[in-house]
Amino acid sequence: MDPETVSVSGGPNHPLPGLVTAGDAAARGRHKRTPGVDKLGERMSSPEQWTHPEPGVGPAATAATPTAEQVIAGLRATSEGGPELVQLLTPEGERVADPRWDPYVADVTEEDLRSLYRDMVLTRRIDREANALQRQGQLGIWVPLLGQEAAQIGSGRALKAHDMAFPSYREHGVAWCRGVHPTELLGIFRGTDHGTWDPMEKRFHPYTIVIGNQVLNAAGYAMGQRFDGKVGDDDGEATICYFGDGATSQGDVHEGFVWASVYDAPLVFFCQNNQWAISEPTERQSRLPLYQRARGYGFPGIRVDGNDVLATLAVSRWALDECRHGNGPVLIEAYTYRMDAHTTTDDPTRYRLSDELEAWKLKDPIERVRVNLVRHEHADHDFFDSVQADSDQLAAELREFCVNMPDPPKERMFSQVYEDGNAVLDAQRDAYLDYAAGFAERTVGHSAERTVGHSAGGEH
Amino acid sequence: MATPVMNAATSEKKASTQTVTLGKSLNMGLRAAMEADPKVLIMGEDVGKLGGVFRITDGLQKDFGEQRVLDTPLAESGIIGTAVGLAIRGFRPVCEIQFDGFIFPAFDQIVSQVAKLHFRTQGRVRLPMVIRVPFGGGIGAVEHHSESPESYFAHTAGLKVVSCSNPVDAYWMIQQAIRCDDPVLFFEPKRRYYEKAELDFDAKPEPLFASRVLRRGTAATLVTYGPSVKVCLESAAAAAEEGKELEVIDLRALSPMDLTPVFESVRRTGHLVVVSEAPSEASLASEVCARVQEECFYSLEAPVLRVTGFDTPYPPSKLEEDFLPDLDRVLDAVDRSLGW
Repeated sequence: MDPETVSVSGGPNHPLPGLVTAGDAAARGRHKRTPGVDKLGERMSSPEQWTHPEPGVGPAATAATPTAEQVIAGLRATSEGGPELVQLLTPEGERVADPRWDPYVADVTEEDLRSLYRDMVLTRRIDREANALQRQGQLGIWVPLLGQEAAQIGSGRALKAHDMAFPSYREHGVAWCRGVHPTELLGIFRGTDHGTWDPMEKRFHPYTIVIGNQVLNAAGYAMGQRFDGKVGDDDGEATICYFGDGATSQGDVHEGFVWASVYDAPLVFFCQNNQWAISEPTERQSRLPLYQRARGYGFPGIRVDGNDVLATLAVSRWALDECRHGNGPVLIEAYTYRMDAHTTTDDPTRYRLSDELEAWKLKDPIERVRVNLVRHEHADHDFFDSVQADSDQLAAELREFCVNMPDPPKERMFSQVYEDGNAVLDAQRDAYLDYAAGFAERTVGHSAERTVGHSAGGEH
Repeated sequence: MATPVMNAATSEKKASTQTVTLGKSLNMGLRAAMEADPKVLIMGEDVGKLGGVFRITDGLQKDFGEQRVLDTPLAESGIIGTAVGLAIRGFRPVCEIQFDGFIFPAFDQIVSQVAKLHFRTQGRVRLPMVIRVPFGGGIGAVEHHSESPESYFAHTAGLKVVSCSNPVDAYWMIQQAIRCDDPVLFFEPKRRYYEKAELDFDAKPEPLFASRVLRRGTAATLVTYGPSVKVCLESAAAAAEEGKELEVIDLRALSPMDLTPVFESVRRTGHLVVVSEAPSEASLASEVCARVQEECFYSLEAPVLRVTGFDTPYPPSKLEEDFLPDLDRVLDAVDRSLGW
């Protein structure tokens, strides 16, 4: 702890606006006056009294402030994910036998593998199209998932219809698996809405932007599945919750681990370790591999190759099965890589080297499936052409939808703030809409002229 | 234990009135709500076996089981964050924050999720949950046990905020808050937990989001809520001995506020003093001042005055009698208003 941040100095003893002069009351003798504010600073321990190791001594100090070279060396050392990494499909597209995990994907046919491939290609196309729409000013921001397709499709496809999923804000691939059309995501990033899908119908919670908040919400939901008696057999329900390596430092994620474990909640914590929390490497979040944290909370943790859709599917199915049978929670660390920026406003060239990206391109999640399909003649040109055509079609739909999205009506701002209404807010709405009506001629066609990301602020 | 229930069949068996403390009436109200709706859960630190540090949930875990009265791990963000998930699942969680000053670890969940999910989803997700907060000072406690943080929550769109001031309101308001389909912050005046009143179980309760005129008067209006209601009633009694009849209004609902009775009163008296334990800057008291001058400008005979806690951290308890609005400070403000 930086001692500077805990020292307290006495503030100015200025006249206080809340003070109602007590002079008359004192004259009546019914009210006692007291001396002024104490000098708090004199009572607090001074920074010098705080004990701390000298800087630069011991492994803790080194770990807390690694050099850039150490970070890069560490990344290289761990870029294979370590010996514990579950992998069923190598980056070269070779299917590796694994007696523990093979049973969980034994039913995956050639057609299923083609379908997983298709989902990943479409997801990447959605992502690239939306990224382009941002570059062209049609979206205010976009959050790319490039490189994380296998982690999201593998886990998303492992879910049963009655399972529940809590995303952060990068889970476009999981959204796809839950039947949320990508057009329903666009409003979030265009500034027209906060997402338009029905969370309960799709069993896909709204995107959560505050890092880690959704982990506790998911823990509560999973507790509810248990309280409802929906856990305990093959038909049991489970919940999956998505968050990133950066989120693991949040208190809410720690509390989510605690709650889920002590209430035996059927919750799969699905951590996509994409190596970077904006500019901060995973080494800034943890000294040990993230999946090993589960042990401290008393539930299993496992690291899977997040660029391997088959392994992710297998491990997710196992984890969800454990949960639906009452053996939750489980932590999965999907070891993957964010191949693009954190968001379209980010510039990764300021904090990471391009050779790192080049190394991860060799482990591309889509390419290894393609190689496998081709090598084993499980897919022909017609298949790849049809996937290409489908993704082109989807991209065109997305673009068409995006550029034609109407701006929300002004009254939307006041809508559904409360379930049971609020008379004070209703009056505020009516007054503003009356006022705004005076500018009616200026608002005609405003959706075509306004630039996304520069919406008018509140004017009252 | 007497068991007040809402269906007539069982309530016939016992007297329809009972003298109870505010704490006991909350306990009875919670029990009634749990009996009326099996989806109502109670969650918090020490709310089960111990019955809460103020015993507000006493006996409920014994009678309703550990799955409906949850002794949670000791983390406030966890209590509120998991309650959100439970509410999405269809439960009605009633969360207890043990003391006012401990609500801040949950502030993020309350402001970022509890308040916004309904709007974010345009009503597709409802969060019918109650967050009970014992608040206010006057109990000689250590730091963080005497605060009045209600303004933070009244300032946050998407939350509803109420405060009870007496046993009768406590009994009905907690049940109404639990039935409300919006998230409700329920502030309980902890130093009034042991105040007694006669509770009529057959009475028709006031609406939840309505203020109440507790004492009629003509000379000046006192507007207040929570623990300061008693201070204002005592001030009005003292003023009456000096020949001044003060009108006392208990806001009860802090967001949204029902100020219509306040406007009506100020138009008659021309003088308004707002009383609250919370520091004054950017407070609910300030909000009352702003709205009254908007609505009653030509009726006011004097500036609206506030008698509040000072804009300091809550002081060590040996100084709290000076910090808290008391009869003298209230009457001093009334005198200054009338002498304007």
